[in-house]
Amino acid sequence: MTDPGSSLATADAGLRMAPSPAQEAARAAFAAYVDEHVAPHAGAWDRDARTPREAIERLAATGWLGATIPAEQGGAGMDWVTFGLLNEELGRGCSSLRSLLTVHAMAGYAVTRFGSRVQKERWLPRFARGEAIGAFALSEPNVGSDASAVETTAEKDGDEWLLNGRKTWTTYGQIADVFLLFARAEGKPVAFLVERGAPGLGIQPLGGITGTRASMLAELRLDGCRLPAEARLGGVGFGLGIAVSTLEVGRYSVACGTTGIVRACLDASLAYAAERVQYGVPIGEHQLVQRMLAGMAAGWRAAHWLCMRAGWLRDQADPAAAHETFVAKYFASTAATRAALDAVQIHGANGCSEAYPVERYLRDSRVMEIIEGSTQIQEIAIARGELAVAPSPRSPAP
Amino acid sequence: MTNDEIKAQVRAFVSRFFRGHELQDDEDLFASGFVNSMFAMQLVQFVESDFGITVESEDLELDNFRSLNAITALVRRKSGASV
Repeated sequence: MTDPGSSLATADAGLRMAPSPAQEAARAAFAAYVDEHVAPHAGAWDRDARTPREAIERLAATGWLGATIPAEQGGAGMDWVTFGLLNEELGRGCSSLRSLLTVHAMAGYAVTRFGSRVQKERWLPRFARGEAIGAFALSEPNVGSDASAVETTAEKDGDEWLLNGRKTWTTYGQIADVFLLFARAEGKPVAFLVERGAPGLGIQPLGGITGTRASMLAELRLDGCRLPAEARLGGVGFGLGIAVSTLEVGRYSVACGTTGIVRACLDASLAYAAERVQYGVPIGEHQLVQRMLAGMAAGWRAAHWLCMRAGWLRDQADPAAAHETFVAKYFASTAATRAALDAVQIHGANGCSEAYPVERYLRDSRVMEIIEGSTQIQEIAIARGELAVAPSPRSPAP
Repeated sequence: MTNDEIKAQVRAFVSRFFRGHELQDDEDLFASGFVNSMFAMQLVQFVESDFGITVESEDLELDNFRSLNAITALVRRKSGASV
């Protein structure tokens, strides 16, 4: 037992886990924006397989695209909890638009954390205003979970770099202005900021995807793509570290956004269960429907608080944040799959129709178990992390 | 902290990746094959958290992390007069 003083201190620290009044106010603003400008249009964007430029410009006008960029560079300088709430609300409305925030924030984070003074001055103010969109180019046709195996090469040519290779599944690659792109130089990982329009860079739209259909995926083709020396981000040999560090931001964003999918499934299912009448009563009065609603409600709360805890730890610069983010993303994405399956089931035949949003939630939830580390990669990372801190086994009693 | 104290702290951290191998002060850590591609960033996180310094973009060069001597020199340089 600890002494009463330290117990009180622990309880007080626990209470501070709750969002502050400012964070709650920010959440209310995010929710109102999503209810008016995002959720009503997300189905059409999904069917059109594109996010309208006006929707991005409207979001940029809020300043929220600069969420993670420091205020001195013109950004919103949000704390991580508030950034998580923004992702959750955007994810509740549209997983594609939330994905834009994710990859843009990742590029902004990488430049903020690892960029030179010139790179920061060039990109951060424009990122903050949404005048330039950043994207993340790591995946390749032969490279998914094993980020250390990128095949794209970078060779020095005088003061310049020549890049050759392919990048695929690049979220918002169709419209991004600059790509945080990873290659190998003399066998060592290295990061670059590759501008749209760089000589030798080709951008091909990718379509026909299961979920986040409005996220304007692209394949990047680097055929002797020539970059100036100042396009390199960090030194040769640090590329994988930059990728992993940046993916942590993406994983937190996706975890929170996916929590928004669970909430959207719950909201849609509650509304439908109250309105749809079968056997003379609203279906919400049927106990087997109630079981599915209860699972969603518990799943949303658990995912939400795991995300808030991960964000709070990031705000404290606590090294445990990385592990807790794995846990949050793992739980939220698997909870979203269960919630979306149940939401479609509750909606019956209507759940299989584009007239209702739940079939989109189901398709989007599949993507969430794959990006920023698949469910299986999360399981490995979580188990290894837990094993590393597990207490030594006690000797058996004599 | 003296140079020797910094180096001892660096050696204690780096040695965890080189079990069963006696590291020399000027040995190339990346030439040995003991470490993977994440090692460089783990070194960055170590010096930032244990010595309270900030590694800037211009410091993100492997030569700054190539040996115990190089890391010690980086920590001393970034710590300024406080070391």
